[in-house]
Amino acid sequence: MDFYPLLNSLRIAALSTALIFFVGLWAAQVISRCSPLIKGVLDVVLTLPLVLPPTVVGYLLLCILGPNGWVGGFVERWLDVRLTMVWYAAVFSSAAVAFPLMYRTARGAFESYNKTLTYAAQVLGRSNRWIFWHIQLPCCRQGIVAGTVLAFARALGEYGATSMIAGYTPGKTATISTTVYQFWRTGNDAMALRWVLVNLAISAVVLLAINLLERKER
Amino acid sequence: MALTVDIKKRLGKFTLQVSFTGELGEVTGLLGASGSGKTVTLQCIAGLLTPDEGRIELDGRVLFDHRAGIHLPPQQRNVGYLFQQYALFPHYTVEQNIAVATRNREEVEELLRRFHLEPHRKKRPGQLSGGQQQRVALARILAAKPQVLLLDEPFSALDTHLRGEIQGELSRFLAQFSGPCLMVTHSQDEVRRLCHRVCVVHDGVSQPMQDTAEFFARPRTLSAARLLGCPNISPVEHGTDGTWYATAWGIPVEIPPGTSRVAIHPHHVRLVSGPGQGRLCGNGTHIEVGIFSVNVDVATPCGILHVELPRGVWEEKNDTQSIWVELPQDQIIPLMDG
Repeated sequence: MDFYPLLNSLRIAALSTALIFFVGLWAAQVISRCSPLIKGVLDVVLTLPLVLPPTVVGYLLLCILGPNGWVGGFVERWLDVRLTMVWYAAVFSSAAVAFPLMYRTARGAFESYNKTLTYAAQVLGRSNRWIFWHIQLPCCRQGIVAGTVLAFARALGEYGATSMIAGYTPGKTATISTTVYQFWRTGNDAMALRWVLVNLAISAVVLLAINLLERKER
Repeated sequence: MALTVDIKKRLGKFTLQVSFTGELGEVTGLLGASGSGKTVTLQCIAGLLTPDEGRIELDGRVLFDHRAGIHLPPQQRNVGYLFQQYALFPHYTVEQNIAVATRNREEVEELLRRFHLEPHRKKRPGQLSGGQQQRVALARILAAKPQVLLLDEPFSALDTHLRGEIQGELSRFLAQFSGPCLMVTHSQDEVRRLCHRVCVVHDGVSQPMQDTAEFFARPRTLSAARLLGCPNISPVEHGTDGTWYATAWGIPVEIPPGTSRVAIHPHHVRLVSGPGQGRLCGNGTHIEVGIFSVNVDVATPCGILHVELPRGVWEEKNDTQSIWVELPQDQIIPLMDG
């Protein structure tokens, strides 16, 4: 059995989660401070990928990152780097689809954070950056960890947008989910089942990890 | 003049307008009902909120000046702030909480000793009692070496039975602090025990400051008399004969111009045997006998007068009908609006 799809899926999920983690925290921090109107608009825009069909997200991503899209075209012309049909193209699709999970849970955590703790640290002379990393984040730890794990799990299982933007090339862009589809489509039920079992195992481990973390918090 | 504050801030339909000074080594009480803008005032001084207009100066250093465009961030103001619920960092131990304010290990040790926190150094705030939490908060404030202390309702987070003990502890602590100290409170008891001077804040507007003793004896405004819990307050009216009358008691009063009401403390009302100047008659309705004194509500033709008499004086009387009382002119407190 060729384990390339497993490794590829894991590295895609890890990279997109790292990306989502920082961008999600930043967006949550900025938006939780905005006025209600701007907050409402940005919130809708940033949450859309959660409810849109993944194929729609994939289509939009192709419009931007494809060889004729304005970002994809620019990068290909000037850096000679393709952003579609390569393994790291799936990082963009997984990140786009999983982003709302991180952003929304982090924003919820920031909104219930007791701002007085930040005030106290400011008066004690600590910089705003120090306070964010040492006081605010640890106090919102539970929500942020939950958001990160959920985003990782979602990124790991991404299929629709990924199959559109990265396609399926064995040994190059194949992920677990695209591999399952490919084996089933070609009638190789035994191999499809194996990958289904791998996927089930990973998902169970992730959910178990969330539960253990929650119990430890208590 | 160690701390001078003169600021204005609009908050929705409410406008805060306060001006007062805090002297070195003195505790100034900001007294007002909840929602009168006391906490906002402290937050403006600490730099957590920006006033719309005005100026804040500490020890010759300008912290805020609207005209000159000066607005120091809270980190540079050198202010010690005791928050209502103390705002201890829940994920840090006692010693880590103190170490947030100083990098010097020895200072942390010294403060742990001084505030009797050594046995609790490894505990987190959630494992401490209210009094211990307050000691951690005070130690943490001192670690930052503040020039001024701002205390926001320092006893509101404590159970009643702990309050007396901790008030004593805090008053010893404040006696050792050489800078000015500002204490926000809605309790006249705390003012009496801890403050040298009082500034009443009513509906967001500060009133001229008074010495604590003078404030209790002769409050200057209606809101101050209400905060003191003075129950005998009467409007005044200009009579046809040119004198002023206290309408709730039906007696003439001598008052300075600008007075809108008069008040008298219940223990200043005297029991007398018959009619005379400044005297009125009524029936004792609600009678409450205490250990040393008796509280009587006297129903006069114009309204109820609350009277507090020494127990001996009341027991000689033994008749609750047709009680004659005198409101001595020199004990009548003229009050202004506000």
